Amino acid sequence: METLERPALEALQLQRLQDTVRRVERVPFYRKKFLATGLKAEDIQCADDLRRLPFTTAADLRENYPDGLLAVSRDEVLRLHTSSGTTGKPKALFFSRRDLDNAAELLARAFCMTGVTRSDVFQNMMSYGLFTGGLMMHYGAEKIGCLVIPSGPGTSERQLMLMQDFRTTVVHITPSYCFYFADFLEKKGINPRKDLALRKAFVGAEPYTEETCRKIEAALGVDVYNSYGLTEMNGPGVAFECEHKSGLHLWEDNFVLEVIHPITGEPVKDGETGELVLTSINREAMPLLRYRTRDLTSIIPGTCPCGRTHRRIHRITGRSDDMLIVRGVNIFPQQIERVLMALPQIGRNYVIQLDGLDDLTVTVELSPSAFDGEVGHLAQLQNQIAEKLRAELWVRPKVDLVAAGSLPVAEGKARRVIDKRSI
Amino acid sequence: MNTVKLVAVFAENRPGQAARITEILFRANVNIRCITVVSSGSFGVMKLLVNDPDLACRSLQKEGFAATLMDVLAVEMADQPGALHAVAHCLAAHQINLCITYGFVVNQRAILVIEAEDPVRVGEVLSKEGLRVLTQKEALSV
Repeated sequence: METLERPALEALQLQRLQDTVRRVERVPFYRKKFLATGLKAEDIQCADDLRRLPFTTAADLRENYPDGLLAVSRDEVLRLHTSSGTTGKPKALFFSRRDLDNAAELLARAFCMTGVTRSDVFQNMMSYGLFTGGLMMHYGAEKIGCLVIPSGPGTSERQLMLMQDFRTTVVHITPSYCFYFADFLEKKGINPRKDLALRKAFVGAEPYTEETCRKIEAALGVDVYNSYGLTEMNGPGVAFECEHKSGLHLWEDNFVLEVIHPITGEPVKDGETGELVLTSINREAMPLLRYRTRDLTSIIPGTCPCGRTHRRIHRITGRSDDMLIVRGVNIFPQQIERVLMALPQIGRNYVIQLDGLDDLTVTVELSPSAFDGEVGHLAQLQNQIAEKLRAELWVRPKVDLVAAGSLPVAEGKARRVIDKRSI
Repeated sequence: MNTVKLVAVFAENRPGQAARITEILFRANVNIRCITVVSSGSFGVMKLLVNDPDLACRSLQKEGFAATLMDVLAVEMADQPGALHAVAHCLAAHQINLCITYGFVVNQRAILVIEAEDPVRVGEVLSKEGLRVLTQKEALSV
């Protein structure tokens, strides 16, 4: 499948796309869209006909929350995963048994591709729970037959103990945690190359540069492979680096790949940066047509020396919206704004600052009426705000209180985010 | 119970804030008798005993500062070793916690300023011990 000749691969894609379009005709949201343009499943006869299909956006998922985009009955869905939305509700993605098995298969492909075998010990240092980085990667690793250690993130002491005692060889981890962990090892006098068995790191959930990649490899003595995915498309494993590490192979038997101009919606030339749009063609519970990922990338022209015919995309270079990713978690400034606006003790202006690897600081103005002279109460207020933000964002920011009127007044959609991170 | 009004001002914990605040008070012809500053992270609170707390508060608020009045106790003690100990011992006996307190000596008169959740109770306890709890006027004319 991975080296299937292009004509055969494209024929398979088309067939799966047609099946998918037929499947989503039952979904009221898509049916309405098809009716509006007079589109019928039979109209999809060639690859170009994809352009006749409507886009699906995060807003569509929000408006159809909780299960308006389901293409099967609730009895057939096995799992729910969610992804942060801009408003109070997250995006909900449903998976059937077949979907889960397939997702695991795609990840098993990635593991195989990067030389992981059943003799490896895989420590999944990503959050489990609603995040796909946990469970999806877990089952992919189990398909290969590795020993899977579901450590989740954090508590470096325990991570180290597990690595030492169980001789972990492969990890799944965020780029920022790589640095924290490397620092931690250094402070403990542990040399990962001599004292640990780590060989490979699947690093993802956040975009990062080539330079960061090399730094991680040097710091942890591992081979780093970039992993790209999004909850709406199963989670991790949509695209993965092969041993040549010159782009991420995107599995075209499962996803139709487009890169478009974020404003015009027209496809860009191969090699040009644009917004990645993905159509899931091998999902039954909740397929999505031409989903606007908001991730910016480019298709790498030409073929990869590895021989795989699935095209490669460049590592993600940015977003075409204002979403941030902190410690692997998607965060929208709108979420922060919503929490802050509900608090009478602070003013309308705020600044979000990102420093270091993943330090998130939210600076707010104290309303004069909320000041009673007690320093202790101010500290309590700071804590209260940080806690409310954590409950909304899944990440706890530092909160700074400053005087009213000291922050720049935002005009319209003025920048409230200062991102000084070095990853 | 006699309480004294302090002016509490919220300011960012960075250079220049004290200069701005004192300039405003200077222009309003406010005289500062006692000052403390407590800082925590990004902010600080300056507490001032001034000759005209209402004027000071208004002047600061006009310039955009978060300023408010606080009721505190000003207790006079003897200016000699053991005097503060006697106060502390008395409060301990009544299970009263000295959370925020500061003192100064002027003209051989020792004044202890106590911020308390229940200033009335603390004042009554100390009065019974024979200590003078000063009025605003008395505190300012030490």
